[in-house]
Amino acid sequence: MKNQWPVASTQLPENLTGYLQLGTGYCFMFACIYVPNFPVAAVFRAEPELRSRAVAIFEGKPPLEKVFAVNESASRMGITPGMTKAQAKLCSGLTLRPRSLLQESAAHAALLDCAQSFSPCVEDAAADTVILDLAGMESLFGTLPEIAHNLFRCAADLGLDANIAVASNPEAAVLAARGFSGVTVIPPGKESESLGALPVEVLFAGRESEEREGRKNRDEQKESASLLATLARWGIRSLRALAALPEIALSERLGQEGLRLQQLARGTVSRTLVPVEAPVVFEEAVELEYPIVLLESLAFLLNRLLDQICARLAARALATQELRLTLELQNLAGVDPQLGTFGIPSESDESKSAIESQSPAQHFVSGRQGKFCRTLRLPLPMLDPKLFLKLLQLDLNAHPPGAPILKIHLAAEPARPRSAQGGLFLPPSPEPEKLELTLARIAGLVGEARVGSLELLDTYRAESFRMRRFVPGAAPETNRQKIAAEEKSAVAALRMFRPALRAAVTLENGELVRVVCSKKKEVQGSVLWKAGPWRSSGDWWEREAWARDEWDIALQNADDVALYRLVHDLLGGGWFVEGTYD
Amino acid sequence: MVSSGIAAIDALTGGLPRGCLTEICGPASSGRTTLLVAALAAATRRGECCVVVDASDVLDPQSAAAAGVELTRLLWVRCGESSPQARLEQLLRAADLLLESGGFGLIALDLGDLPPQTARHIPLTTWFRFRRAVEHTPTVLLAVERQSIAGSCSSLLIKLGSLGSQIREQPMDSQFPAPTHAHLLTGLNIKAELVRSTLNRKPAGSAEITFASKTAWAG
Repeated sequence: MKNQWPVASTQLPENLTGYLQLGTGYCFMFACIYVPNFPVAAVFRAEPELRSRAVAIFEGKPPLEKVFAVNESASRMGITPGMTKAQAKLCSGLTLRPRSLLQESAAHAALLDCAQSFSPCVEDAAADTVILDLAGMESLFGTLPEIAHNLFRCAADLGLDANIAVASNPEAAVLAARGFSGVTVIPPGKESESLGALPVEVLFAGRESEEREGRKNRDEQKESASLLATLARWGIRSLRALAALPEIALSERLGQEGLRLQQLARGTVSRTLVPVEAPVVFEEAVELEYPIVLLESLAFLLNRLLDQICARLAARALATQELRLTLELQNLAGVDPQLGTFGIPSESDESKSAIESQSPAQHFVSGRQGKFCRTLRLPLPMLDPKLFLKLLQLDLNAHPPGAPILKIHLAAEPARPRSAQGGLFLPPSPEPEKLELTLARIAGLVGEARVGSLELLDTYRAESFRMRRFVPGAAPETNRQKIAAEEKSAVAALRMFRPALRAAVTLENGELVRVVCSKKKEVQGSVLWKAGPWRSSGDWWEREAWARDEWDIALQNADDVALYRLVHDLLGGGWFVEGTYD
Repeated sequence: MVSSGIAAIDALTGGLPRGCLTEICGPASSGRTTLLVAALAAATRRGECCVVVDASDVLDPQSAAAAGVELTRLLWVRCGESSPQARLEQLLRAADLLLESGGFGLIALDLGDLPPQTARHIPLTTWFRFRRAVEHTPTVLLAVERQSIAGSCSSLLIKLGSLGSQIREQPMDSQFPAPTHAHLLTGLNIKAELVRSTLNRKPAGSAEITFASKTAWAG
């Protein structure tokens, strides 16, 4: 649906500073952000490459789908709302898209984010309209024209082509935003003059969007249509003409509604805003007409969603520490059951991932009813769409969805951005963003469970440690004297064989004489010296009970002597070389 | 130069150079891992983040903790393939990524348990690339090997060897020899030789020292 009214040139008075103290009293100022042709704008936000093409949005159940909204190019081709999809399809060069409530809801949320990044007092007037109270904003954001232009830029950054209007009352701001394209600033007291050029249809523009949403009943629709017809019959085409009508005569003929419309046309209706506390939810979604199979295509769409989410987070001065990707998959019943091993999580996958979730950055959340979910948890709040895309790509390469994708839903958990004070004399530390990407790449190389930091477990069992996610903490205060004292003695370290090497041990009179490891040729020879056994056992109350005798032995190899730790498994009955002292 | 964590080695080499490749080579039980964990302990105590890229998955967390390594500041990359060639490839790719990422105080490449013939497959150009990547950064790049393989790309080459073990014997009153459980391994005697150092203008020629390490339970 195109903008129906003549577009006035952007009105920018030369000097607009000090509006808030004009005259003797305090003058409030309000801004309105209006997105014309909102359903099309929501689609353009999701698919920016369509902006240069003729686009029609349709809705309804097949085969009764009808055109719901069109852009200006499509309108010039003769496509109008109400046409059937089949009729519209006859027009070559027209791009048809189904109406997506998810995209519209995300666009509306972006609109609110844009408004709330400037003012805490925001009214959610309609899906395509928000009103801001600019009281006190001058000292923060500059003069009113600067604020208006910044609002325009912010909306553009969020993918919305919006009209911005600033006026001394909310209704005048709304009318100016709906009537004039671009940025409009109306000086206080000049509302009637500025709005006068607008056609009377602008007074009913808000109702049209309500009609579209189905929020308006038929009586109200009829009343609007009859009012408009009456005004047209009187020859009232512009707001200036309506404002000039005598009030009493107008009241006698059109009643209170007529007076209200006249006050709107004069820009004298004043009311208080009804502020909303917009939920801090950052979600974006794309419904696909055709399922996608390749991860490259998915990455392309993810890039767009991430850009949108990050722009919204940035508008609210937030970052994110958790990204949730949900993919709706096609025709799970027809998918090869073996695909489960390639990515569609099964129950066993879930339980496995629950175990592994302590160390890796990414893991399964759930995997039922044709939905494939991945969660990307970050050690610190970050706001870099390129980084997020690479991390998601690496994660999806390791865990592909396994079936064609129909719908992509991405949600970000907001968090306060980190603030860190750098220092010249701090020890070197990797940048968190780079480190996260490097860790994800290395995890793709060696496996998620094989990279991270160590955590020792409180047990005497051998190999009692687990891998954790590597998150370097703050550097401790270094005490040079303490370090020097600790450096004096070196501790002999053990070099583990994983898994432990099974050994053939020759005993004479219960004494170790010779050890041979068939798997590692250098670990064999006669025992020169031995100490032990050191017996230990544990977990006898559980299935994984263990009991062992440890020996420290010196073996004479072909060339030299090496020290090993030899273990006799008392429950399993085997001999193992566990490691070498090095 | 930063401390290696062992005073004798610091006296021999002047410490481990930042922005350079240092090779530690020697056979099994020669003290390579002792020196590695000592260097890791010293670096983590300074508040630096360290990485061990472990080609054969041999690092013992208990030994590292006993040596004083702050485990929260240590990133451990365990190469997991079965063939030595594949593990070597993983190590080299992980090392490339870590050097590119930057910000680590010490990056250790543990090639100590790879067969020498496999380790020698690393082309010199790879070592040259590593050296260039670490140049002008505060990172100490450490390679633990059986034999020196980086050639002239390493700025410091330390060769280690074993001089035997230290054994404490519980004194026994009887005329019979002490049983084996009366013996205790208390440490290693290690010989360290500075084979090459391109860091200062010392006369060519190697220098040797000996030092002892003690086991965590030796007291």
